[in-house]
Amino acid sequence: MQTFEMINIDERGLDIPYIVLISWLFYRLKLSGFRQIKRKGMLAMKSEILRKNSNINYFKRYWTLYLLMILPIAFFIVFRYIPMMYIQIAFKNYSIVQNIWQMEWAGNHGFEYFIKAFSNRDFIYALRNTLMLNMLDLVIGFPIPIVLALLLNELPFNGFKRVTQTVIYMPHFLSWVIISGIALQLFAPTNGLINILLNRLGFNTIPFLNEPTHWVFTYVLLGIWQSMGWNTIIYIAALTTINPELYEAASVDGAGRLRKMWHISLPELRPTIVVLLIMNLGHILGSDFDRPYALTNPLVTSVSNVISTFVYQNGIRGLQFSLTTAVGLFQSVIGVVFLLIANSVAKRLGERGIW
Amino acid sequence: MRNTRNIKPGDLVIVFIFIILILVCLLPILNILARSLSSAQALVKNEVLLWPVEFNFDAYETVLKDSKYTWSLVWTAILTVICTIVSMVMTVICAYPLTYDHLKGRRFFNTMIIMTMYFSAGTIPNYLLYKDLGLLDNPLVLIIPNCLSVFNMIIMRSFLDGIPQSLRESAEIDGAGPIRILVSIYLPLSTSVIATLSLFYAVGRWNGFSDALMYMINERRYHPIQLLLYNILNNVTSVEVAAQEGFSTPGLSDTLKAATVMFATLPILIIYPWLQKYFIAGVTIGAVKG
Repeated sequence: MQTFEMINIDERGLDIPYIVLISWLFYRLKLSGFRQIKRKGMLAMKSEILRKNSNINYFKRYWTLYLLMILPIAFFIVFRYIPMMYIQIAFKNYSIVQNIWQMEWAGNHGFEYFIKAFSNRDFIYALRNTLMLNMLDLVIGFPIPIVLALLLNELPFNGFKRVTQTVIYMPHFLSWVIISGIALQLFAPTNGLINILLNRLGFNTIPFLNEPTHWVFTYVLLGIWQSMGWNTIIYIAALTTINPELYEAASVDGAGRLRKMWHISLPELRPTIVVLLIMNLGHILGSDFDRPYALTNPLVTSVSNVISTFVYQNGIRGLQFSLTTAVGLFQSVIGVVFLLIANSVAKRLGERGIW
Repeated sequence: MRNTRNIKPGDLVIVFIFIILILVCLLPILNILARSLSSAQALVKNEVLLWPVEFNFDAYETVLKDSKYTWSLVWTAILTVICTIVSMVMTVICAYPLTYDHLKGRRFFNTMIIMTMYFSAGTIPNYLLYKDLGLLDNPLVLIIPNCLSVFNMIIMRSFLDGIPQSLRESAEIDGAGPIRILVSIYLPLSTSVIATLSLFYAVGRWNGFSDALMYMINERRYHPIQLLLYNILNNVTSVEVAAQEGFSTPGLSDTLKAATVMFATLPILIIYPWLQKYFIAGVTIGAVKG
């Protein structure tokens, strides 16, 4: 069958092996082809048979690929797409005895729970906190990996570079519960390492985790600590693809290290930076659950309650399913909208964007 | 070329910056380690910085005697192994067919999968689905719903895409089917990316607690270690033995907390350095192509 596909019909005409193959094919099609051939002409018939045959062949040879795909596709349908049907609960009055299609529509053309959410003081605070914490993460945390990657790229000693990478990637692999455990001990007001040192140096104790303003600061700082090393990976990958001749040419022209970083490395990183910036903007209203939940404590809930913890408290704990589904839907939709806006702005500015 | 050039003062500045960063990453963990190995009195007297004072293993012994904690450690380890295997199988069987350029429906599958990265239904729809499927308070909820990560699948796919097509074609001519090619050519060539993604999945499961918090409310026996640790740290449940044996000084409970943190951290600190040489290569490939 393989050889048959390789024959070039137009050039070779009807030579003997070709006729043999064609007749064999006709035999397989139970001779029905002979009747059609009078109507359609030889060449059209040939290509049609070829196509049919290659389809049969194709599925014969590759059906196992579809077999492999069954489980993953079923996974995506069941655990990613079917939950989307449950989104209608946001527009309906949840009832434990009815299934989702039978529940009654909520008031105000179905938008009652959205209105309720926005008149809920806790939700407004959660929304504000989510935006505030994510903005701070973005503004303070986003540039740091870029700088680190540029510096790592300049490190002359390969052994030291490997050790550095190993160590600064490590915090990424610690869970937020562990980090919160470390932070509780490190920043403890009376016997934490940081405050002991501050006291010995003659400064006052700082309530890192027990006072809202300081908590926000600590939250952002711990986020940077956890992710700064890991986030350099993608930039380092991009930096290794830069043509070394660019640096050599710049050296010949007398450019120093800083000028090379500014005029070669940074511009080469620009597409990567833009893509990551778009992704980050798409997540500006998205909220991680583990991080605020693990780091919070009763003294700072005014700044630590975010949308994800609001959904947990009021949905899973408080059983207000319609309200919290509405909140979740709002969050997802805003996320997609932000992503689209950021992407189109980037494209308008002449960047490649994410798709 | 780089190694032969002279060391400039700029290099020393950069090295200095990174030494500080390394210290910033390591010292907090050293501090916890020191606290977990010190005596309670030393902690109360603010003597413990980076080195244990009045060195002892009491806190570790106390934690190990707590059957709830040790069971949780064992259970989480079992769970992590199961999850990693299931996830890796799913990732491979999802990524491999998508590397066939002429696979019919490839674009459709790709779009369908990538879409879920940008839009998700949210916590509550998932919760209600698990409720309808009978997964609530069932240990399976910790394994199945997140057994395939789109992000990891893309890394896997990019890596497999990088394996030369000619290898596959020559195997096809020899009569090997897709599964045979996967098992005998593709998998042996992708050990680095498999090690990387296994690490990601394993760490994700070891570190995860929100799914148990939300979907395993009544089944405390199967709570993973992180959730138990969270409850200990926030005094929701203190390490029970501490109360039993009559310890009430705040210092001791701090050494205990430090020891519980160390127990939950150690497996990662032990496994991570061995696997990281793979993932620097593995992630880099995925990132460049992704």
